[in-house]
Amino acid sequence: MNFNKEFDASGMSCPLPIVKTKKALVDMESGQVLKIIATDCGAVKDMQAFANQTGNTLLSNTEEGGKYIFFMQKK
Amino acid sequence: MTTKKMAIIATKGTLDMAYPPFILASTAAALGYEVQIFFTFYGLQLLRKDLSDVMISPLANPAMPMPIPMPVMVQMLPGMESMATMMMKNKLKKHGVASLEELREMCLEMDVKFIACQMTVDLFEFDKKEFIEPVEYGGASMFFGFAGETDICLFV
Repeated sequence: MNFNKEFDASGMSCPLPIVKTKKALVDMESGQVLKIIATDCGAVKDMQAFANQTGNTLLSNTEEGGKYIFFMQKK
Repeated sequence: MTTKKMAIIATKGTLDMAYPPFILASTAAALGYEVQIFFTFYGLQLLRKDLSDVMISPLANPAMPMPIPMPVMVQMLPGMESMATMMMKNKLKKHGVASLEELREMCLEMDVKFIACQMTVDLFEFDKKEFIEPVEYGGASMFFGFAGETDICLFV
């Protein structure tokens, strides 16, 4: 999937993946896609909840070799 | 969509009890909430520039997981508090949990408002110069002005 920016949250625990995802989205434009990589399994549900509550769109959510990959489109 | 609001009352000044207010506040702010934390009594310690006095004690804290069971008599020995604090900080770091300083800084970056209880600042004779900025000083009435309109209000 194409993306405009990447944020690697590997090794970070709650609430850093969410808080720093929010920060990474700040200087992006509406419609742009942020790729997020996380290793905290709690991030899977948190990222969906973040999207639901902020109006950003979680385009995909996959796991690859112990890493969770998210694509978040800014609203 | 109207902005949701959350208020937290932080009353504890130990390392374990310092995390929940900052974690919840930074997360709520990331979700778009307007957040205020009212620091009172021992919670005021969390506003000091230097957080090295924020410690954890196994004493009178029977739920704290310990690597080996430790009798209360041993927990009372000098240096145990520093040792437990060091061990807890190492554990937090190993698990990728942010430091208190980092979480507090993120709260401020996301416009979480910190309010220090003026009465307890005076009571414990805290020097305001020891506190970070920006911090507002006020009382319960001032806090309720915001808390009364929140969606979530927590006492920690």
